[in-house]
Amino acid sequence: MKAAVVVLPGSNCDHDCLHVLRDVLGVDARFVWHKERELPPVDLVVLPGGFSYGDALRAGAIARFAPIMEAVAAHARRGALVFGICNGFQILAEAGLLPGALLRNRDQHFVCQDVRLQVEHVESALTRTTGGRHILTMPVAHGEGRYHIDAEGLRRMEGQGQVLLRYLEDDDRVGEVAGINGSLAGIAGIMNAEGNVFGMMPHPERAAEPLVGGPAHGGSNTDGRLLFEGLLHDAESAR
Amino acid sequence: MAFLARIYVTPRADVLDPQGNAVAHGLHSLGFGEVTEVRIGRYLEVRIGGSDRAAATEQVTAMCERLLANTVVEDFRFELDALASDR
Repeated sequence: MKAAVVVLPGSNCDHDCLHVLRDVLGVDARFVWHKERELPPVDLVVLPGGFSYGDALRAGAIARFAPIMEAVAAHARRGALVFGICNGFQILAEAGLLPGALLRNRDQHFVCQDVRLQVEHVESALTRTTGGRHILTMPVAHGEGRYHIDAEGLRRMEGQGQVLLRYLEDDDRVGEVAGINGSLAGIAGIMNAEGNVFGMMPHPERAAEPLVGGPAHGGSNTDGRLLFEGLLHDAESAR
Repeated sequence: MAFLARIYVTPRADVLDPQGNAVAHGLHSLGFGEVTEVRIGRYLEVRIGGSDRAAATEQVTAMCERLLANTVVEDFRFELDALASDR
């Protein structure tokens, strides 16, 4: 498995993603600068979190026109894996590689805390290694994470099983809108209809090692690692 | 010859606008009880060269669709004025 982490001006989770891929999972991973026009031969492209182009206009709106994005779109069209985390998710939505849009959080605040996620589909490349774990814990850190799509679009996504992760509320249920940011149907993570492009607002790369799992979990939360492993297995089995 | 496009980008009707709701509450607090709704969008001024109004209209529409508005969640409209200084 080979992976590329795209570095945009304002990316700030690029090193975390590279570290998890390379040092934790032993993947042959490298950075790719946004001004490149070609990707190296990789199985997986990660669009990391951050504030690319200072979130000018809308989060991800400018980044989607970065020179490297045409190669990322071509990679996606070939059926290869693309994974957008936080700002990466916003970019994929702006680029039309994932349906819907991410809007300013309902309560206007930047949210930075652990969330619990309900795994909806264990057949997807992203979630298949979560096994019997139906609830994952990892942090969010975003100001524009309110997922929105029109009613018809939501029906289509639900029908095709494209919703992968939903925010769990304190009462262990999924809200009509997520308490954390107002996301429609509690949506935290999705995939495209073809099942090879993934986007999520929470940060799995920040919950992939015991050392940084967070005090709330006795410092041993590695739930995020499971999602990366899912993609890794998918790429390996496709060879 | 040039044109000034005054572009208005607004949240679509089915999209919750929490910022607009907060401002509506503020206006109510100030005594403007007649206010029934506030929607907050974005206003842009774009100057473009050329003398062909139809071509300029087409260009501004393309700019809005591709970048200035996210049509998944936003509507746009614009006015196109020939710039007085260039008449």
